[in-house]
Amino acid sequence: MDMSWGLFLGMIIASAAPLVVAGIGETLTERAGVINLSLDGTILLGAMVGFATSYATNSTFAGVLAAGASGTLVAAILGLLCLKWSAPQVAVGFVLTLLCRDLAYFLGNPFARIRGPQLTTISVPFLSDIDFLGTALFNHNILTYLSIVLIPLAWMHLYLTRSGLILRAAGENPEACRARGYMVMRIRFVYLILGGFLAGVAGAMFSLGIKPGWGRPQGAEGMGWIVLALVIFGGWNPVRVSAGAYVFASLQAMSNIVQNIWIGIPAQLLQVAPFPLMILTLVLINTSEKSYQPQSLTRFLALLKARPPAALGKDFSES
Amino acid sequence: MNVILRNIHKFYGPVHANRGISVTFREGTIHGILGENGAGKSTLMKILAGYTPRSDGQILINGAPVDYSSPGEALKYGIGMLYQDPLDFPALTAIESFTIGLPETPICLPSKHFVKLFEELTRRFHFSIRPEIPVEYLTVGERQQLEIMRLVAAGAQFIILDEPTTGISIRQKEILFDALRQLASSGRTIVLVSHKLEDVVNLCSEVYILRQGKCVGHVAAPFSKAELLEYMFGQIPPPVSRCILEKGATVLWMDRVSASWKKTTMIRCSFRVRQGEIVGVAGLEGSGQETFLRVAAGIATPHEGDLYLDREKVTGRKRSYFKNRGIYFVPNDRLAEGLFPDLSLMDHYAIAFGGSSWLIPWKTIEELARERMETFSIKGQVVSKAAGLSGGNQQRLLLSLLPANPRLLLLEDPTRGLDVESATWIWKYLQNLAQKGTAIVFSSRDLDEVFAVSHRITAFFEGRIALDAEVNTTTVDEVQKTIAGLFRE
Repeated sequence: MDMSWGLFLGMIIASAAPLVVAGIGETLTERAGVINLSLDGTILLGAMVGFATSYATNSTFAGVLAAGASGTLVAAILGLLCLKWSAPQVAVGFVLTLLCRDLAYFLGNPFARIRGPQLTTISVPFLSDIDFLGTALFNHNILTYLSIVLIPLAWMHLYLTRSGLILRAAGENPEACRARGYMVMRIRFVYLILGGFLAGVAGAMFSLGIKPGWGRPQGAEGMGWIVLALVIFGGWNPVRVSAGAYVFASLQAMSNIVQNIWIGIPAQLLQVAPFPLMILTLVLINTSEKSYQPQSLTRFLALLKARPPAALGKDFSES
Repeated sequence: MNVILRNIHKFYGPVHANRGISVTFREGTIHGILGENGAGKSTLMKILAGYTPRSDGQILINGAPVDYSSPGEALKYGIGMLYQDPLDFPALTAIESFTIGLPETPICLPSKHFVKLFEELTRRFHFSIRPEIPVEYLTVGERQQLEIMRLVAAGAQFIILDEPTTGISIRQKEILFDALRQLASSGRTIVLVSHKLEDVVNLCSEVYILRQGKCVGHVAAPFSKAELLEYMFGQIPPPVSRCILEKGATVLWMDRVSASWKKTTMIRCSFRVRQGEIVGVAGLEGSGQETFLRVAAGIATPHEGDLYLDREKVTGRKRSYFKNRGIYFVPNDRLAEGLFPDLSLMDHYAIAFGGSSWLIPWKTIEELARERMETFSIKGQVVSKAAGLSGGNQQRLLLSLLPANPRLLLLEDPTRGLDVESATWIWKYLQNLAQKGTAIVFSSRDLDEVFAVSHRITAFFEGRIALDAEVNTTTVDEVQKTIAGLFRE
């Protein structure tokens, strides 16, 4: 029994990993004041490019890099249109999402339903032998380990470094940031690109890891939207965004277990259960306190409450 | 640092905001730039600070012509500016906002060195800001202090302050002026931009006066107020005088009302206003007058106490009920709360007077729009957007959207940012309404304005009504001290 709980926890960590990676990327992008709404398409495109490249070169490393590059390219297009030419971020993001999705399905057709390389699981010597934690924490592929390392790194970058401070400043008040001698457009571009790269890598984590292979549907569909919601849910804080990803992954994993216990419940119902739950939480976090709420809930929700970067999604042209 | 501006021109589209201004700023001196709203002061200073590019002209620093195109570059030359609305980061802490943009910031934060520097500067200027407090909890005056500290730390040798005395208490003003004198005596050049005569007279040793985009005078201390006024206006405008009050029945009565709106609160305020009465509300920003006006208008709901309209209890009624009873509110932020920036003037009239017909009677509306624009002397086209109007025209547009004789008119800073002519026009119109029986309650940051037109003055301090007196039983000095909290029962 103990063994299977460790496996269960390990599964949650693995399936949350791409959400963590994409979520941290989007958090950094949005902290700089840009919304990359193309995330869902970018992840799918990354999944396709990652799998196809790995298949062609027989190297997962090349696949992951290519997936990151595809995400970078999409972000760069968004940056060119929205930052340089002041196109509306939301509209361009939407169109790019649809474009990337269809492009992934079209270009990925030759690679559908074939077996290809996968990221290998690396068991950390000795540590993976520990009873419960070993199976949960030390039996993953390299990118899952990196996703865990990324959480404190992103947090430290945001709150403990100079460049993180300037990043937050650019998303709060670009006008003031410019007055203090920073190139707001350049800062935004850099973090948009970084976010795009991580989203592409997250795509490869699906097609080379937890949902191996390519197909239509691939299985990563909709995850980009979840990530966008998680960023809001996590209050633009990398640690909380990641926590949200783990909660979401556990809900999904739990739905699998519940399905085995109550066979009568349709599978689709349990599959979508986490989504309304997320919406409900968002509503609860953002509505002001209500008299009918128990006090403990109010206090808990106050903790989750966060304000978006003040200049999020707003165009800023340096005149 | 000596700075010369030579023949500066600035065009904003068709508007010629600066028309060949030449001025000289000398090291270690506090200079004043005086002029009424719209004279071109802010434009000139934004050019000097690198915030806006100039259309023509030259800037010389210590005799050598320089060229820069951003505030960051200007700061490298040692020129820093404190903007009218502080350009800082409300969501960050004071020390973070202070650190951003300073040279030689270490890669890892928070840095002990900067905290030490921060505390050193607060002590030096007798400020009292704690480094870890979020900027959004600071008052306007403290945010200015923070900016001054930052500019000094960034090595600014030339500091421009744009209207720094608006919205701060007298105590803060004293601290600010002391800090500026200290900076000047240490060899820095200070430029104070203001439309307030007394600030300039108290602080500066020489003054340039701007009028309609031109520099019309250069005077050194000691100043004669009459001379400065003549330069500012050409001729001294006749002051608006108080109209005669015929007290009627009570329109609105607040009985120990507590309420909050956004971040401001009012605590157990009792207040009454009669027909034809003009009541001026004084108070520093955030002292509760913002909530007070919105409670009276039915926008904010009291959580304690009651509200009576013509003796009828109206606590908790919706805004539409108040509006049907003839209560109107003109907010301070015209574009954000009062007008629809992207709609045309005709759209505004259609919304206000369009009635309930399914199709908009555009023909009638256009006639009505033209007629109203004529009466209210609004300069613009019926199809021009509200955002494109000047402040004075926007304010007149807001007033023209009100029905002919409201019961109670609540105005927040009705002449904010207006030139003297527009302000005079507004007050003539409002006084005319009062004579016809409208009760008027207005708040203003300008105590001189409050004293010029009000019959009664209500002063707020920390959410409470600290003074409520007929105008001839109190003095400017008393009200000033009250809103700063120097009188406490």
